[in-house]
Amino acid sequence: MSDAPVRLEKIAKHFGGVTALENVNLTIEPGEFIALAGHNGAGKTTLFKIILGLVRPSSGAVSVFGAPPQSKRAVGLRSAIGFLPENVTFAGNLTGIELLRYYARLKRVPLGQCTDLLDQVGLGDAVRRQVRTYSKGMRQRLGLAQMLLGEPKLLVLDEPTSGLDPDARRQFRSLLEERRRAGATILLSSHALVDFEEAADRIAFLREGRVVACGTIDELRRASALPVRIRVRAGPDAHAALAKAVGDMADVRPVNGQSVELSCAADKHIAILRRVGELEAVDTVEVRPPHLEDIYAHYRNPGDRDADGDDGDREGETTP
Amino acid sequence: MNAVITIAGREIREGVRNRWVLATTLVLAALALTLAFLGSTPAGTVKASALAVTVVSLSSLSIFLLPLIALILTFDGIAGEAERGTLLLLLSYPVARWQIVLGKFLGHTAILAFATIVGYGATGLVVGLAQESGGGWAPYLAMVGSSILLAAAFAAIGTLVSAIARERAVAGGLGIGLWLFFVIVFDMALLGILAADTNQTIGSASLPWLLMLNPADIYRFFNLASFGDVSTFAGLAGLSETVRIAPPVMLGALVVWIVAPLGLAALAFQRRSL
Repeated sequence: MSDAPVRLEKIAKHFGGVTALENVNLTIEPGEFIALAGHNGAGKTTLFKIILGLVRPSSGAVSVFGAPPQSKRAVGLRSAIGFLPENVTFAGNLTGIELLRYYARLKRVPLGQCTDLLDQVGLGDAVRRQVRTYSKGMRQRLGLAQMLLGEPKLLVLDEPTSGLDPDARRQFRSLLEERRRAGATILLSSHALVDFEEAADRIAFLREGRVVACGTIDELRRASALPVRIRVRAGPDAHAALAKAVGDMADVRPVNGQSVELSCAADKHIAILRRVGELEAVDTVEVRPPHLEDIYAHYRNPGDRDADGDDGDREGETTP
Repeated sequence: MNAVITIAGREIREGVRNRWVLATTLVLAALALTLAFLGSTPAGTVKASALAVTVVSLSSLSIFLLPLIALILTFDGIAGEAERGTLLLLLSYPVARWQIVLGKFLGHTAILAFATIVGYGATGLVVGLAQESGGGWAPYLAMVGSSILLAAAFAAIGTLVSAIARERAVAGGLGIGLWLFFVIVFDMALLGILAADTNQTIGSASLPWLLMLNPADIYRFFNLASFGDVSTFAGLAGLSETVRIAPPVMLGALVVWIVAPLGLAALAFQRRSL
């Protein structure tokens, strides 16, 4: 267990009087894919810097592959880590391929990998141009290539898809999926959560430096207690019958002349569907469980949570 | 050690490509040649070899120029990478921080050494082969060698500045400030103190040791006072006889001026949070 790729225990980090992180506990098991969500300034980047040994936590214990990231031993262990910083930049007058070879040498990886990797990320002919002429998308691709050098066992990605067009995003996801099948552990932060809703094993929400929720998407849905929305298409005269059928199990709200929306607690929605199904006038039924984006919004804004009226546990933390 | 060579190699490569190497070499060669030709006129009347004359003029110029070039080349090394955001990525690699400090220093020093050897070497060959009296090669070679040490000492100081400063602009300002201090202010302050010191509490024996506190003065003292031929011409013969520090000791002091700032740079960089 001690060689878990990442283990954070009661991590806190203060910059002067500002609290960047507070009581963060997170263990990432080998082969796990964890997505980290949170607004700007929630502490995601600081958390990554602590994992990479760039910042010393004010208190708490960190270990990466069993060693504290600022120890001497950790320097060598970093060959097993691939990092893609937020807004990755490359300065200087070296070309893409020269720069990748430089990073390959630093990581003691055979230089032959470089051309293959540049092909994989689709940099094409740009590899012979100086990196300072690169567009944001090209820098991101080169950043991706350097991250994949040496097939690292742990990938740490800070906002990897920002600045990528939809095509590149898809390409990026499949590259990540490939690494995951090869057994890599992945820790990623993103605003574009939809990109990773399917892929991530667990999702952790960070707010004001605290992990306010962490779990699988199902666990988060349950913990957030956000309603399931059921949209029923039926003639206007059927609306009253619908309201009567569901009783107090759901809120009924007409959407337009043709449809009504029922919102109910997640555990009631099967019972509601049964009753709705019995009604003659019902045309179609569409069930929408809370989206990751909804859950994200729910955890991001404490105000919203009170508005939802179901806010028993402020930390809302679920431990799988 | 591999990482150090890789980082140094990248600095050299960038230096070649952005024409730093070319520009520095040309500047040093042009100035050295100019001084050599200007200085060769009086050499006929004074009984000194043309090379010895060149050592005096060229080392006086190097004291100003080499520290400046070294500081300009190095101040950006770490501070610039931090500001541009590339340092974050570099530090996520299996590279210790001292290796980054040493690699940058070695790369920059290699550029400075190349420019000095080629620029001053070419001048030395031209003057040395053209002179009639012959001789003077030893002081000239010592001057080229100590010039490299001088450049390296200021490259180390520049690396230290770069490792400490939060921003490039601060590093640049500090670099220029240190240049002013070591090259101009230090000597003036020392002169002022000596002039005010009417009781002679600072004896003439301790003066050369005070000069060891400044790498530029070590360099000057080494080149102007070490060789009889040169010191006669430089007018320092009297000084070097009353107070003598052996040349190897002076070179050792220069080496301390390289190692100490580098060690401090590694230490400061190690403690730095990003």
